[in-house]
Amino acid sequence: MQKEAAIREPLILGHKSYHDITEDVCRPIEDKAPKMWYILFGIALVIGLYGVGCILYLLGTGVGVWGLNKTIGWAWDITNFVWWVGIGHAGTLISAVLLLFRQKWRMAINRSAEAMTIFAVFMAGLFPLIHMGRLWVGYWVMPIPNQFGSLWVNFNSPLLWDVFAISTYLSVGLVFWYIGLIPDFATIRDRAKKPVSKKMYTILAFGWSGRAKQWNRFELVSLVLAGLATPLVFSVHSIVSFDFATSVIPGWHTTIFPPYFVAGAVFSGFAMVQTLLLIMRKAMNLEAYIHTKHVEYMNIVIMVTGSIVGTAYITELFISWYSGVEYEAYAFINRATGPYWWSYAAMMTCNVVSPQLMWFRKLRRSLLFTFFISIVVNIGMWFERYVIIVTSIHRDYLPSSWSMHYPSPIDIGVYIGTIGLFFVFFLLFARFFPVLALNEVKSILKGSGQSYKESPDYYKTH
Amino acid sequence: MSEKVIYVMYDDDGVLKDGAKKLVSKGVKISDTFSPFPIHGIDPIIGVKNTRLGIMSFLYGLTGLTLATIGMRFFMIDDWPMNIGGKPSFSYLENVLSFVPISFEFTVMCAAHGMAITYLLRNKTLPGMPAQNPDPRTTDDKFVIEIRTSENSIEEKDLDKLIKDTGFIEIDKKTI
Repeated sequence: MQKEAAIREPLILGHKSYHDITEDVCRPIEDKAPKMWYILFGIALVIGLYGVGCILYLLGTGVGVWGLNKTIGWAWDITNFVWWVGIGHAGTLISAVLLLFRQKWRMAINRSAEAMTIFAVFMAGLFPLIHMGRLWVGYWVMPIPNQFGSLWVNFNSPLLWDVFAISTYLSVGLVFWYIGLIPDFATIRDRAKKPVSKKMYTILAFGWSGRAKQWNRFELVSLVLAGLATPLVFSVHSIVSFDFATSVIPGWHTTIFPPYFVAGAVFSGFAMVQTLLLIMRKAMNLEAYIHTKHVEYMNIVIMVTGSIVGTAYITELFISWYSGVEYEAYAFINRATGPYWWSYAAMMTCNVVSPQLMWFRKLRRSLLFTFFISIVVNIGMWFERYVIIVTSIHRDYLPSSWSMHYPSPIDIGVYIGTIGLFFVFFLLFARFFPVLALNEVKSILKGSGQSYKESPDYYKTH
Repeated sequence: MSEKVIYVMYDDDGVLKDGAKKLVSKGVKISDTFSPFPIHGIDPIIGVKNTRLGIMSFLYGLTGLTLATIGMRFFMIDDWPMNIGGKPSFSYLENVLSFVPISFEFTVMCAAHGMAITYLLRNKTLPGMPAQNPDPRTTDDKFVIEIRTSENSIEEKDLDKLIKDTGFIEIDKKTI
């Protein structure tokens, strides 16, 4: 057991016992789903199915149904891809980086943040796939021996790096998440009364029994996976940024992109975690485990990464002038004052101004304000990618090629559809999976629980 | 000869640890513990050795790195050296910089998945395996020590006496 300073706020409120934690986390799974769940699930499903319909129409007709043109060959598709990948960065950051730093507050949020990450990366992966137009030849991105002569994929291309980065990230994230889930599934299995759910959770729990040696391995595997996933988190979004940074388009061709994209990804990922968790803790009565202190910690991360992003915006602007390259300078002047000034303004307000409000303790501890800001940040981060992608290419080298991008209904349908699908997945997760790493939370009860904080001898006498 | 397994149940991880210490100091061999979460510090007491999965992970990672290097050298240099923008692919070393990202990703992928698969196999945890914990409550809030009579030279009666002092809440004996 680790000792912790008494002045630190407890991470688990109320006088909980180990059994209370099991009860609190398992009850929502075992009880009937509330009406609200069905309503939300229905809405998400309808939106998701609409998105699937749009995707099928796109696949049947061709990528021409998007609002792209000769000048703007990349728009909402890649914007959405980067946006979703970015959102998918918080989960692994929380569970891997914070594990290495021994941050105990991660334990209450890592499970759902990781689930969110995996679903977000699903949505992200969808965009490059459907962007191929012919989804059924998607396996061509793999270096598979083939009948076309010695036709290999190009290992010099950042787009291929992306294929490897995203698939590694998704699969390693999934494994990390599931290894953590196994002991918690075992808890649900051992409590299950209905035969069907008993059977299901028995399969999911892989026969976990909590032996000393199993826990010994579990802890090491978690640590090593965290060590492997930490550079992975940073590499994945760096590689996503290479898609742009290694090109020669003014506005994309900048060395600042990798760190700037990673900070932006963590920034938007934490915002999405806030949006989801603030609703989930209320809906599932988990206020004792995910409370103001957790929200405050996450807001501090948002504030720091938001400031990094803001600094990057301003550095970029300065360097475009300082470089003396007039194309580069124009790209940035055009961003701020050209026909897309409104998206630049939205990005600046949402991403640079709003996180600075978190310096005020009152504001960063206010749940309502946090919820509001988290949505603002998500909107802002979508506009960031839109600004980078569309405004950089809509002014081509030849003024005769200058153009504007107008999204088609299919563009909008696919994007909104992925949000629907994301929530379908997340709601299913919240219904059937333990949303809190309950067995991990038990291990910090004695050091960080309220009872311990109030009287360190509490658990010796109770 | 029939073997007896004694399951001693505690409702606190600290009490179990103290109890295990007492038993071990009296020469009792504890074969295993079952707990809902890792009891820190129990491994040296009951003689569980540290896992070597970390070394395995390193070896899997090394395999991944080797495979990625061999693969990319073959695809890009030997088999079909593409001339990209007037920068032909003559040798691996000249092109190695653009192979760094995939080498890294593939190393991580092999290290992580190799270790995860080994972990599941070594733990004997695979889809559909039956639970082996002696009591369903051990995944909730109870902690169990497993003692096998075959591994101990102490008489069962004396064992019972020793266990009595450890503050357990339930005791269960099974003949197998």
